[in-house]
Amino acid sequence: MRHRAIRPEPLFFELNPRRVRRQGYMLPTLDVPPVEPARVLPANLVRDPDPHFPDIGEMEVVQHFHRLSQLNYAVDEGLYPLGSCTMKYNPRINEQTARLPGFASIHPLQPVAQIQGALRLIWELEEALKTITGMPGVTLQPAAGAHGELTGILMIRKALSTRGDPREVVLVPDSAHGTNPATASFAGYRAVEIASADDGTIDLGALEKMMDDTVAAIMLTVPNTLGVFEHRIVEISKIVHDRGGFIYLDGANLNAFAGRALPGLMGADAMHINLHKTFSTPHGGGGPGAGPVTVSEALLPHLPVPRVVRTGDDYELLWEDPESIGPMRGFYGNFLILVRALTYIRSLGAEGLRTMSDVAVLYANLVRHRLSGAYHLKYDAPSMHEVVFDDSRQARHEVHNTDIAKRLLDYGFHPPTMSFPLIVHGALMIEPAESVAPEEVEAFCDAMLAIAKEAEENPELVKTAPHDTPVGRVDEVRAARDLKVRWMPEDDGA
Amino acid sequence: MHPWVGAGNDDQRHILTLLGLKTVDDLFASIPAEVCTERLDLPPAQDEDGIRKTFAAMANANAVMDSLPCFLGAGVYRHLQPAVVDAVLSRAEFFTSYTPYQPEISQGTLQVIFEFQTLIGRLTGLPVANASLYDGATALVEAVLFSHRVLRGKRNLVVVAETLHPMYRKVLDTYTTAAGIEVVVVPPTDDGRLDPEQVRAAASDRACCVVLQSPNFLGIVEDLPSLADATHEGGALAVQVVTEAVSLGLLAGGGDFEFDVVCGEAQSFGIAPGFGGPHLGFFACADRHVRQMPGRLAGETMDEEGNRAFCLTLSTREQHIRRAKATSNICTNQGLMALAATVWLEAVGGAGLRELAASCLARSEELKRRIAELDGPWRLAYPSSPTFNEFLLLGPGTGPELVDRLAGGKVLAGVPTATWGGSWPDGILVAVTERNSASDIGAFVAALEKLS
Repeated sequence: MRHRAIRPEPLFFELNPRRVRRQGYMLPTLDVPPVEPARVLPANLVRDPDPHFPDIGEMEVVQHFHRLSQLNYAVDEGLYPLGSCTMKYNPRINEQTARLPGFASIHPLQPVAQIQGALRLIWELEEALKTITGMPGVTLQPAAGAHGELTGILMIRKALSTRGDPREVVLVPDSAHGTNPATASFAGYRAVEIASADDGTIDLGALEKMMDDTVAAIMLTVPNTLGVFEHRIVEISKIVHDRGGFIYLDGANLNAFAGRALPGLMGADAMHINLHKTFSTPHGGGGPGAGPVTVSEALLPHLPVPRVVRTGDDYELLWEDPESIGPMRGFYGNFLILVRALTYIRSLGAEGLRTMSDVAVLYANLVRHRLSGAYHLKYDAPSMHEVVFDDSRQARHEVHNTDIAKRLLDYGFHPPTMSFPLIVHGALMIEPAESVAPEEVEAFCDAMLAIAKEAEENPELVKTAPHDTPVGRVDEVRAARDLKVRWMPEDDGA
Repeated sequence: MHPWVGAGNDDQRHILTLLGLKTVDDLFASIPAEVCTERLDLPPAQDEDGIRKTFAAMANANAVMDSLPCFLGAGVYRHLQPAVVDAVLSRAEFFTSYTPYQPEISQGTLQVIFEFQTLIGRLTGLPVANASLYDGATALVEAVLFSHRVLRGKRNLVVVAETLHPMYRKVLDTYTTAAGIEVVVVPPTDDGRLDPEQVRAAASDRACCVVLQSPNFLGIVEDLPSLADATHEGGALAVQVVTEAVSLGLLAGGGDFEFDVVCGEAQSFGIAPGFGGPHLGFFACADRHVRQMPGRLAGETMDEEGNRAFCLTLSTREQHIRRAKATSNICTNQGLMALAATVWLEAVGGAGLRELAASCLARSEELKRRIAELDGPWRLAYPSSPTFNEFLLLGPGTGPELVDRLAGGKVLAGVPTATWGGSWPDGILVAVTERNSASDIGAFVAALEKLS
């Protein structure tokens, strides 16, 4: 990343301002007779040429995106300790396997005899995820974690309606990620918050009271968003199951225990797994991810279609099943993301996965150890893969978590997560992930300690940060107030 | 040890000592023993060379689309893949970064989203486009739920053209079942197009929206102006689905004809078929409905020194702020695919896109003309209806049989319609793009002649 933009990069629409014809890509020679569009298509539907959709040369295209890329921070640049996002290394071999023509250039509706390798890959990843979770079924369809949540809750809904026991409520802990309550409403349930106990885990007494025959499920994150393992998970499952409810596990934090513990043994009925977190597929600046959902016996019949079925060494696709909730999206999932995740699993093996979790947890505890003197830790239960501090000590000097975040940018690090958990005011949720060298984690801690010191001695410096980024602090309030979500020709007086 | 785990064994011991612990197991003491496992039964770890062999073996068990003259479409198309697209996508600054919640160090991604939103807006004829949705099918689902919200949840009916991609219909059913929204289907007339009168009657004053695809599943271009009028008469929103985004190079988007939402699949803009994903859902609507829009939006603003800057905006619609009251539960979207489409569109260019779309049209018309000239059992199902680059072909047998027999004749002829049900005849959907040369077209016709 460039620390100061040397010159602002124009928008594409501001390039080639004279709007002359240039060529960015050579099209194949037209070796059939040309057709006048308005002769074969209804003339009133044919568009006029758009003068504000310019044509530019190939090098202009490359320079435009190269320069834009230089304004981004990235995992390859330094620690990216976003809590619950698991910003680990994206192995380069994954990018190579996903680009094999035999995966990238196949059509989802080719006859099954032509796509046996792709179906086998899906089947092998399904088997691996079943093993890793200790659960008997899985769907790879969901495109992201939130999509997986919805898939799981819709399966639970289907199971309940099949049983003739429709319910209304989904319990969501007050520490949950925002997608959990949003998913519950999206699936037609009322999301009801359940309070955390003093140690940040579920309050069993509250659960006992709230868990009645209107509750369809509880959505739990394990470990939770404080990085604390829900140590009474077995008791929780028993209470919920005894009263006819289901356990939904948010697997966003599977990185903390893969290879050591099995959600199947915890009593999970459905759990989504973010392949773009635990299984190293790239975040891509906001996606694509993949959110497979593993399920218990009770939900097996309701898995989405199409499903891959194996008979001997042959693979088939099952498109219809009346007990299924139906398809959650087009085709079979973000397939090329699945290729990357299986590559990761095959490279690590069982032992590697366990080492992955070990070091993820070690690093989070190293951060906790280094920063506990300078930052306040509201919940001091043992940390797994992440640790959540708050800004209460710095707030005495009018320095808040967002200021600390912006100042970290000057030190060359990405900030921690701050938007949740809501039960920690001014949260700084730090997840180093296991891929970096320990020196990188130490350097991040050094920066955090330096900022804590600055907050006491020179709070203005922190409050006016960042000072060394491609643009200064961005006015987000103005963006929402004077909404402008597209370039318009009149911007250029055109 | 493993190359992707940054701490070696000595490092781990060193940190343990620092923490005052004996073994790493101490860090996992809060996990109850009864849920723990000693060892997972997974295949052994492989080195890079082993990985290459394992994955090449699976990849090689598939028939690659480029290996034969290929006419597969039905929502997934084989268009040009400029080298610059993958070169840009391979930059770590783009593919290894997170959602741009920290605008000061994410201006690259944010400006790309802003350009993507503008491009989609110009192509659809609607001013506001979001940063992406999962795929075309879920974009449609969001459009229906959006319409339901815009009309304040008072209309629990959606009218859907039968000529919407049948898979999109199935996906929609999954969600509408849960949301308690009723779906009414309007079949096409004998020419494969919708009748505005039927749409008007079905929508009446009960529907929250009418969903139609154009070009439709059969490749036929619908009369958007009359269908928008028929929809609006009873107060419903008009939703156009586009599954072949390159058609927007020649055909004006629904926004130009008063459609309220234009959404669908933009895989055609430089994204690999990839066995169905990751692809790129897009969604565009009118300014007045922006606060009901699902998904992320990038907006223009300034930094403290008055420089132009971009950031994610209107996040009060989204789950991380609004939680149970969000417009959608979507969080992670298809960001990198939106980058691919942006690079592709900017490389191809405005005039280039028009020329590329005209090339698809000309090649498709040429294949249709040559099929119409054949003596024998092959014929076009809707010979007089206007199509962009896809059409339904009927022949001597069921669709799946014909596809198999033509594959024997070394042509990937298309997608059989029988798989999907529907009131149309059983045949093959044939898609033609700028990558189908005159010689591909000749090979296709020769294979048909052999099967006559």
